[in-house]
Amino acid sequence: MALTLFDKIFDPHVVADLGEGWSLLHIDRVLLHDLSGARALREVGEAGHAVAHPDLVFATPDHAVSTAPGRTSETFAGGAGLVAGLRTRAAETGVRLFDLGQDGQGIVHVMGPELGIVLPGTTLVCGDSHTCTNGGMGALAFGIGASELGHVLATQTLRIVKPKRMRIRFEGALPPGVTPKDMILAAIGRFGTAAGTGHAVEYAGSAVRALSVEGRLTLCNLSIEMGARMGFVAPDETTFAWLKGRRFAPTFADWEAAVAYWRSLASDPGAVFEVDHVIDMADIAPQITWGTSPEQVVGVGGQVPDPADAPDAAKAAAWRAALDYMGLTAGAPIAGTKVDWVFIGSCTNSRIEDLRAAAAIARGKRVAGHVTAWVVPGSERVKRDAEAEGLDQVFRDAGFAWRESGCALCVAANGEAVPSGARCVSTSNRNFVGRQGKGARTHLASPAMAAAAAIAGVITDVRSAA
Amino acid sequence: MQKFESVEGVAAPMLRANVDTDLIIRIERLVGTGRTGLGEHAFEQLRAEPDFVLNKPAYRDSPIILAGANFGCGSSREGAVWALMGAGIACVIAPSFGDIFFANCFQNGLLPVVLPEAEIRALARETEDSQGVGRTRIDLARQVVVTPTGREVPFAVDVRRREAMLEGLDDVALTLKRQAEILAWQARDQAARGWAWNSVAL
Ligand code: SF4
Repeated sequence: MALTLFDKIFDPHVVADLGEGWSLLHIDRVLLHDLSGARALREVGEAGHAVAHPDLVFATPDHAVSTAPGRTSETFAGGAGLVAGLRTRAAETGVRLFDLGQDGQGIVHVMGPELGIVLPGTTLVCGDSHTCTNGGMGALAFGIGASELGHVLATQTLRIVKPKRMRIRFEGALPPGVTPKDMILAAIGRFGTAAGTGHAVEYAGSAVRALSVEGRLTLCNLSIEMGARMGFVAPDETTFAWLKGRRFAPTFADWEAAVAYWRSLASDPGAVFEVDHVIDMADIAPQITWGTSPEQVVGVGGQVPDPADAPDAAKAAAWRAALDYMGLTAGAPIAGTKVDWVFIGSCTNSRIEDLRAAAAIARGKRVAGHVTAWVVPGSERVKRDAEAEGLDQVFRDAGFAWRESGCALCVAANGEAVPSGARCVSTSNRNFVGRQGKGARTHLASPAMAAAAAIAGVITDVRSAA
Repeated sequence: MQKFESVEGVAAPMLRANVDTDLIIRIERLVGTGRTGLGEHAFEQLRAEPDFVLNKPAYRDSPIILAGANFGCGSSREGAVWALMGAGIACVIAPSFGDIFFANCFQNGLLPVVLPEAEIRALARETEDSQGVGRTRIDLARQVVVTPTGREVPFAVDVRRREAMLEGLDDVALTLKRQAEILAWQARDQAARGWAWNSVAL
């Protein structure tokens, strides 16, 4: 029978059929972060259980740490206890921790692939909804809540109902100025934020095959914004070349055996997906969100929509509320909207390629005088690599702040926030009300679009900025 | 997990779609380490608006929320469920839910009920027509919602999850009874996929 990539990873990981559609699924890797990691490890112990496989668990502080240059775990007092707790619990349980200042520290979904912890064909969970990012490696990676995380730590398994299969094929070449971020925002705009609910999404097609691993990670990152807990790309030679030699990647005979197996993971011709979409790349322009849901997105050449044109009354009300919160006028062109802040970072777009793309726009230019612009590398390794290439200098010379790695303005859990009422072009993944700080107005876009907005001081079409 | 059999009270209509977990509980409320004390921060941004439904006297103590589509979308933060429960919410009725939030509800004993949007609108109308005193009852054992006018609306719920909630089962304890199967799977896997284990061995 023709199988999908998803079946080929999910089915062999079923330890037991629990009946009524439920499976006990083996989990090969667990990632922990500062916001919930210490509590999860503590609760397992309090319930009288041991951490079943500390060797399969990896932790790093990212959400609640300051990203100010020279920061320590104390710089943001509100998160100091969380980091301290993570250190203590990790040491007690034997879980590997990548601490501030160490190679390996970073946003948990940047650090996992970078260290080779996330491997094709494996299952991985983390108490964070953007765990789907790691699907870019060809893994089944998904976010779970605190209770389920406790279950995994204690048993190395999860009780789960197998999701349905969905595929989105992006066909054709990437048009100028269009990045993986634009691909996924366009898909969410077209299908909506609940389209993937209950589904596991495979991204395929010629445009996806042509993407780098970094690009695939970005693509998969926003699966949850489409409602899907997991999104993934079949592993291929691009994946293997990227992975080889990374710290926790297999070596020697293990590497050969792994690659041979990974080559078998592509969906078979004729495999059936419950939902199957095709997107023609020629239809995609650089995207920018205008509202407070990732589906409220337009091409940068487009206009702020008019609630009068909404398909139904509920949508019209939602659009009106979004316009009100965002301080935008229906029918106005989105380009030219004045910007106060720019944030380049987050598990969506803080890898080395993202920083290169932003630096290419920023090189030799100046950030507009009224704009505060931050670049927050996704990990300590990204930061060091970028500095070795001189990207930090490009950003500094242009007037961007160059910071330490962490989640920072993506979620504003570390004392750093976009001020109320300020408008921010952000490379992150959520434009929810108050996400970047109470009253902050977020426009999601690619790193190049964000850099272009910083320079121009207004939302701007990257195709005319480059 | 807390047992859940039924709940009865005035159902608060909050029919907007895509109520995300950031809106239910702000991230900076979750930098504490416990599961309790979050109720007062539930929906804090919405509570700042005077006409927010849970600010109205009739709905201030509602144990049931009538919600729009895709309720609980967004982050995996289980704090969203703890905050709702801390605020006295025992049941949310919506046309659809975010996947992770939906799973988190069952882990804690908050019942998410899926009903068609038209049915939820009808429930909201019946409640409003009663001047906000008509009570709704959700009976998990019988799988029915009893509306303020006494209509009985059946709802579907996963068999396993229903059983776990009615009996307050502990998933970890249940799974650990299968320890032998887990160990056997791992032994087989280590033989077949040594690469997945050797590269991270301590
Ligand atoms: S960068 Fe943002 S989305 Fe990613 S893990 Fe951190 S807070 Fe979550």
